[in-house]
Amino acid sequence: MRYITARKRAEGMGAAHHGTDRHWYMMVSAVGLAVLIPVFIYIFGTAVGQGRDAVLEIFSHPFNAILSGLVLFFGMRHFAEGSTVMIEDYWQGVTRRLLVICAQSFAYGLCAIGLFALAKIAL
Amino acid sequence: MAETKRARPLSPHIQIYRPQLTSTTSILTRITGNGLIIGTMLVVWWLLAAALSPEAFETADWVLTSWFGDLVLTLSVWALWYHYLAGLRHLYWDTGNGLEIETAEKLGWACIIGSVVLTILTIIVI
Repeated sequence: MRYITARKRAEGMGAAHHGTDRHWYMMVSAVGLAVLIPVFIYIFGTAVGQGRDAVLEIFSHPFNAILSGLVLFFGMRHFAEGSTVMIEDYWQGVTRRLLVICAQSFAYGLCAIGLFALAKIAL
Repeated sequence: MAETKRARPLSPHIQIYRPQLTSTTSILTRITGNGLIIGTMLVVWWLLAAALSPEAFETADWVLTSWFGDLVLTLSVWALWYHYLAGLRHLYWDTGNGLEIETAEKLGWACIIGSVVLTILTIIVI
């Protein structure tokens, strides 16, 4: 008989070997994105297909610039955490770690490029 | 590290799992969510090109408005709406409701049909 609490027995037994913080982050960012995404689709939809001047004007508007930045940042965080969940479901060990590093780095990189572009257009 | 002590089985076991509406809609959530990175790359490239120079924008805009760009963007809009609805379904499930098989299947159909309807609406509005 091992004197061990139920919690201690369960800890680290999930596919990801840790708690529910990532799931909770996905819920929080999902609610945020649920509000932002429809507005962004409208903004991007009106801009795409137009000339460069019109595109620059649309994305230099403060509301459009801030909203697009938020969508990009939280979209990429949501992607990074979501793809990490997926990687933890299908791979283990070194492969898992390398894939997680790749996914996280890629998401941060793409986010940085997009934010730079938005800043350059808006300022 | 717990990981080194014992190897836990990976999930889910696609090879031995019979495809059902609930599992298919669940896998689609994952595919659409991760697949959206392709559309995001295209849009970010387009934004960067717009910020940099008229020549760069011309190239990016040509790709984005070509049949290939149209295809990627249209699929991305559908993926976005599907992932959106499926995400709302997950938030609802996380409250502990709607987990009965019959309700879950109805919600699955709502995601599939709803995403197609919203995609068509988006194309009409924009």
